[in-house]
Amino acid sequence: MSAAPTPSRRVPAPDLAAWLGVAPFFVFAAMFLIAPTAWLLVGAFQDRDGAFTLANIVRLGQPSIRLSYWLSLEVSTASAGLGALLGLALALAALRGGLPSWLRPTLMTFSGVASNFAGVPLAFAFMATLGRLGLVTALLRNIGVDLYAHGFNILTFWGLTITYLYFQIPLMMLVVTPAIDGLRHEWAEAAEMLGASSWQYWRMIALPILWPSVMGAALLLFANAFGAIATAYALTGSSFNIVPILLYAQIRGDVLHDTNLGYALAVGMLAITGASNLAYLALRSRADRWLR
Amino acid sequence: MKRGHLGAWLAVALGGIYFLAPLVATFEFSLRMRRGEYSFDAYRVVFASGNFQASFLYSTIVALVTIVVAALIVVPAAYFVQLRLPRLRAIVEFITLLPLVIPAIVLVFGFIRLYGSSSALPLTATSLGTDALLTFGYVGLGLPYMYRSVDAGLRAIDVRTLTEAAESQGAGAATILFHIILPNIRSAILSGAFLTFAIVIGEFTFASLLDRPAFGPYLQLIGASRAYEPAALAVMAFALTWACLGLIQLVGGAPAPGVRR
Repeated sequence: MSAAPTPSRRVPAPDLAAWLGVAPFFVFAAMFLIAPTAWLLVGAFQDRDGAFTLANIVRLGQPSIRLSYWLSLEVSTASAGLGALLGLALALAALRGGLPSWLRPTLMTFSGVASNFAGVPLAFAFMATLGRLGLVTALLRNIGVDLYAHGFNILTFWGLTITYLYFQIPLMMLVVTPAIDGLRHEWAEAAEMLGASSWQYWRMIALPILWPSVMGAALLLFANAFGAIATAYALTGSSFNIVPILLYAQIRGDVLHDTNLGYALAVGMLAITGASNLAYLALRSRADRWLR
Repeated sequence: MKRGHLGAWLAVALGGIYFLAPLVATFEFSLRMRRGEYSFDAYRVVFASGNFQASFLYSTIVALVTIVVAALIVVPAAYFVQLRLPRLRAIVEFITLLPLVIPAIVLVFGFIRLYGSSSALPLTATSLGTDALLTFGYVGLGLPYMYRSVDAGLRAIDVRTLTEAAESQGAGAATILFHIILPNIRSAILSGAFLTFAIVIGEFTFASLLDRPAFGPYLQLIGASRAYEPAALAVMAFALTWACLGLIQLVGGAPAPGVRR
């Protein structure tokens, strides 16, 4: 230390009050977020006697479990892909389509509500809409389109996907709106001055800039669908065997007859949602360069 | 430009149909209980049901306790991170994102194993202990929203000046936190609270696997056993979500875009 006069400056002692203030947060995180997850992680790599093993992970490959993962991946991919595409289209139409300005806040408020309207009530709503006795099913039958005669069923893959879109599309709109707002008008003007058509502007400027945001958002939607259980469970009971429903049955009654395999099932889910979230964060930080 | 206009209207109209049809259909379905005419019978039956009242009351209480606990954990942490421990910001923000990464069903599985009746801290052995576990689970679910809301609220006020002014008057850290900071970020805490309430009130996974008599499992049970009541309950749930999100706008702290459950 130099001899510079620092009369009013207090020596920074360990800031006890501040550490005391953040302590509850860290204790909470350790006890109710980290420790429970770590417990499963450790258990997934142990055999019955507690010795290290990779056998549980390997056994995730058995046909019934693999089928569950496959089904989950399909539903999540379909609902994330379609949700991202339709959400982007809707957001672009609402924000850049030259529509009246009252539409934007209306859509955003509705998106906030709809993206939080999930779980059991959402399943009820779609039963009442597209179930056997649902209003839309009946209306379509009246005009000669019998959905159920054509093999549609709300309790199947497409039924679940259409239901998931109800929170996926609004979520996409919320996530992608800042990116669309980040498209500066100057860029469109500059492109136009250089002789670019509207199509060229979108294809060569706007979409490449939006791309990381859209991909990132799609991954977010994917993780969102992959971890969801309540809607699927309320809609299909345990007949539609996606991973969360299998895990639910495992927690309830050890249907796999193997505790450690159950841990591995959970850790497999965690790995997938974790990876897609990490990729989302990476893509978002790339996309944010354009938003400064 | 004319064509773009038309395409945009078409997109919004189709979106509108997709999003409004289930609401209309659900409402219409909920009125069909009496044969041959529309009535509010399904709603009457639901409201009169003891299980509805008990489970809704239970979930409301859990939600309120969750909000208080979440605020007590988050506000001091966010305040001290902002003012005196900025180097902790990255790790704190990372932790607040964890509940979005860890699926609820995975987390509750860990709870059951870690705090099960044969463990060192057998919270699930008593019903009060399980209630506490459910509440902590919900604090976790709400953590990303509560933290971001409070953090944004703290950024919007001049925390340093307020703190220094109070310190110069001889106030201690607790006094500053509860009498100066808290009232100034009330609307931020309220937005976090309403969002937490909307998420927690009908939550199914935690409540069902911890065997709590909450609203979510009640909804699921009714869905599996009744015809018209589920539609009525869905209408109510949608209205409740709308009310919570509407109240957030009313208190003036709209959630940052991109928040998600």
